[in-house]
Amino acid sequence: MASLKEMRNRIASVKATQKITKAMQMVAAAKLRRSQEAAESARPYAQRMAAVIANLAAGVSGDGAPKLLAGTGRDDRHLIVVAAADRGLAGGFNSSIVRAARERIASLQAAGKDVKIICVGKKSRDQLRRLYADKIVETFDLSAERHLTLAVAQPIADLITSLYEGGEVDVVTLFYSRYKSVISQIPTAKQLIPAQVDDASGPKIDLKGAVYEYEPSEEAILETLLPRNITVQILSALLENMAGFYASQMSAMDNATRNAGDMINRYTLEYNRSRQAQITKELIEIISGAEAI
Amino acid sequence: MAKLHFSLVAPERELFSGEVDQVDAPGTEGDFGVLAGHAPFMTTLKEGQVTVYDGQARRTFSIHGGFADVTPEGLTILAEHAVEAV
Repeated sequence: MASLKEMRNRIASVKATQKITKAMQMVAAAKLRRSQEAAESARPYAQRMAAVIANLAAGVSGDGAPKLLAGTGRDDRHLIVVAAADRGLAGGFNSSIVRAARERIASLQAAGKDVKIICVGKKSRDQLRRLYADKIVETFDLSAERHLTLAVAQPIADLITSLYEGGEVDVVTLFYSRYKSVISQIPTAKQLIPAQVDDASGPKIDLKGAVYEYEPSEEAILETLLPRNITVQILSALLENMAGFYASQMSAMDNATRNAGDMINRYTLEYNRSRQAQITKELIEIISGAEAI
Repeated sequence: MAKLHFSLVAPERELFSGEVDQVDAPGTEGDFGVLAGHAPFMTTLKEGQVTVYDGQARRTFSIHGGFADVTPEGLTILAEHAVEAV
């Protein structure tokens, strides 16, 4: 049985932990609101972009289509971009993204495909390097970035495009966590190259018989649009991730605070019991001492 | 006069969305103005000013890069950088 002093120390230490988790929860809640707004206000751009590309892609087909849209015609070499957070203490947030990516990598390898990995966020590298250290091409550490803007997503997109254009990869897939609500973030795989255009990005625009005009040309517009689209997709994934991370951290810290509370109650009860037991024992000693005289 | 639906979207947020009379924008191959019922067309944009006319009101945005998409439903400008000029 632990001594009374040991138990007192224990309670004090759990209380200190509870204070920390409580503070983290409140910080996460405050940041969640901001990042949620950022993720939501970035959605229209990404959606419009997808709609415009879908619209354009319908017109351009066959040999004239840019490679970013049509692909290289093979799917032997895959590039997996795993976007997770830079920090932990957010429940299963990072693990669930990495798990989804790992399953994909395993199934690709089983099918005899070549796999390369780009890690975005320190946590995805930490979890992947044990298994796939030789596959990781590059890691992007975004912990220093306070605001996620296009400038943050640009280097990632540039690397992806240069790998693709250098003929090193055929298919690029991005793994991130889609922010659905505070309690639900869904690990999602999004194919970046070849660009996917068949997704439900809104109803097809009815031109009422008019012919679309392009300045300069259809191909030239697609040519500039597709690389930009990759950047925008990455940015929106990062923003969704950010919101998901804080939501996940908030609920993880909420749980931790509650657990600490339970623990304090349990220890306090135990402490009081043994304190009473000790007092009773001392009383018995005094009484039986007095009787003996 | 029929109104044109115009939205100006930057990666970070939507700067403008609503019904207006006319929008002038800087296309890479020349500035252009869009009224309601414009023929569908799409162009890339260069650096410059987008001016929105609605009645007597007029608002100006400075944009940098991006493209404009005119459909029967209206005009959408996706700008890489956009700020409202004061």
